[in-house]
Amino acid sequence: MSPHIETFEFDEISEPKVAKAISHYPAGKQASAVKTLLDLAQRQVGRMTGIAWLPQPALDCVAKRLAIAPMRVYEIATFYTMFNLKPVGKYHLQVCTTTPCWLRGSDEVVSACKKASGIDHFGGSSADGLFTLTEVECMGACVAAPILQVNDDYYEDLDAAKTEALLEDLKAGKPQPPAGSLAGRQSSAPISGQTVLTDKAE
Amino acid sequence: MLKDSDRIYQNLYGQGDWRLSAARARGDWAGTAEIIARGRDALVEEMKASGMRGRGGAGFPTGMKWSFMPKTSDGRPSYLVINADESEPGTCKDRDIIRNEPHKLIEGALIAGFSLGANTAYIYIRGEYYNEAVRLQSAIDEAYEAGLLGKNAAGSGWDFDLVLHRGAGAYICGEESALLESLEGKKGMPRLKPPFPAAMGLYGCPTTVNNVETIAGVPTIMRRGAAWFAGLGRPKNSGTKVFSISGHVNTPCNVEEELGVPLKDLIEKHAGGVRGGWDNLQAIIPGGASMPILNKAMADVQLMDFDSLAAVRSGMGSGAIIVMDKSVDVVKAIWRLSKFFKHESCGQCTPCREGTGWMMRQMDRIVQNKASLADIALLEQVTTQVAGHTICAFGEASSWPIQGLMRAFGPEVRARATDCAAPQAAE
Repeated sequence: MSPHIETFEFDEISEPKVAKAISHYPAGKQASAVKTLLDLAQRQVGRMTGIAWLPQPALDCVAKRLAIAPMRVYEIATFYTMFNLKPVGKYHLQVCTTTPCWLRGSDEVVSACKKASGIDHFGGSSADGLFTLTEVECMGACVAAPILQVNDDYYEDLDAAKTEALLEDLKAGKPQPPAGSLAGRQSSAPISGQTVLTDKAE
Repeated sequence: MLKDSDRIYQNLYGQGDWRLSAARARGDWAGTAEIIARGRDALVEEMKASGMRGRGGAGFPTGMKWSFMPKTSDGRPSYLVINADESEPGTCKDRDIIRNEPHKLIEGALIAGFSLGANTAYIYIRGEYYNEAVRLQSAIDEAYEAGLLGKNAAGSGWDFDLVLHRGAGAYICGEESALLESLEGKKGMPRLKPPFPAAMGLYGCPTTVNNVETIAGVPTIMRRGAAWFAGLGRPKNSGTKVFSISGHVNTPCNVEEELGVPLKDLIEKHAGGVRGGWDNLQAIIPGGASMPILNKAMADVQLMDFDSLAAVRSGMGSGAIIVMDKSVDVVKAIWRLSKFFKHESCGQCTPCREGTGWMMRQMDRIVQNKASLADIALLEQVTTQVAGHTICAFGEASSWPIQGLMRAFGPEVRARATDCAAPQAAE
């Protein structure tokens, strides 16, 4: 699962988004778009190869596009956690284990991820290239803890059984379910129903 | 308890639609041009009179912050930057505002932008909030199509552009000067202050950085008046606040309540009570990870506002309440926060870069019952060498949880020491 990528240029899907991102900042301040361009590049590599990561030619392409030194881009790519500088599985499993999730059973979610994916340590990938397991810090959805992020989507209110079922479905080739609570609650309302705003929205 | 009609976020749970037409039906974007017609000075004064204090954590008076911006331009543009980098463990309030009430944020951005003399605002949203960013961008697009943003925004005569900027994973970017660095396309490393952002912020231009909840509250304050907002809560702690209640409660949730609400009421009325009952409570972190922990005796009587929490040497921070029942190893819970801070230190200042790792390892030794009383005393002392010795408040943020643990659970911590003579009653 380590496809060699010799060259990288933004394709016709990315290009309009690249141009739009750069247009959001004042002239001469185009470096502001660097994170957006790296994200677009990572997604494009994902489209091209099925693995969303940033090989060096993609970093260099971003530097060239923004007319900034490649080192500036490398600094950014290594500072921020969402840029994958190594290939990851088709499904990037990111488990939050920070205190609010830990209190609600993130250890069980981690174990369930390991069991269903066959990965035995954080940072590892499954032999079939389907999963990479990463431990992440607080994802900002703490009242719906514990949380597992699969690619772009948060799955909330998890336990071991729900986590395993989710991963088994992905292994069986089913599409990702809609993001959100897997216990069926509405946003961040109490699961037993709202205690306020009970006269419903207009 | 706060009346439903006094809640700013009528669609906090997304029980209604988030789109423009539904937002308008809830009263958003009604008479925005008339509000702006009151003039910049009047709006800043209204904000001051409301008593609004920044909802991101520091609680600085918003109207006063606004008044620091230059009245006339020296040729440089002014900027409004909205902090949506919600990353303080326990906190997930801005997420609900963004996904369920995006138009309150967008309208607030316009009114605040005008009040600051800013024709452009950036919303810096944490990268992990991908679906939330998609939602917010759709709402921004709707607002542009309806003429509420752009040239002569909402018919106000003020030109106003609003740009959504996604982060890419770094807690430190919630610190306002690190956020500005990140927005400029650099690593998120905090800047020395002064100069403050109002003098030199984004691209070296005058900038005000406000939290999502602060800005999203602006339209309602302007419509209902400063006196309405100031009439809620307690003196110098006015208005409402969205609290996030997580951890060992029966029904974790977000809820908007009046400042000054008793912590116990908040948990019992909205979060279904502590798992196993209030007497099963062990500890509460009242304001996000960096705020010192409270033991049960403290939590029994605590009011939830800036000054009441500061009085017990904790803080309301972002309003994130993390509840722990008696089953928890509270030292391990704080160790996990030390691990968080070690992971998130940007590495710029030595006391923080080295100190966070050292504090985490020492906390780990206490968890493993391998630390001596002298080790514990040394840890306490080292926290004071980190706090106050760094460019940004991360030094405090990483030290306070440990200092708070020692204050609220000192006997329990020392009972874990290898040389503790008489183990004290710690389960």
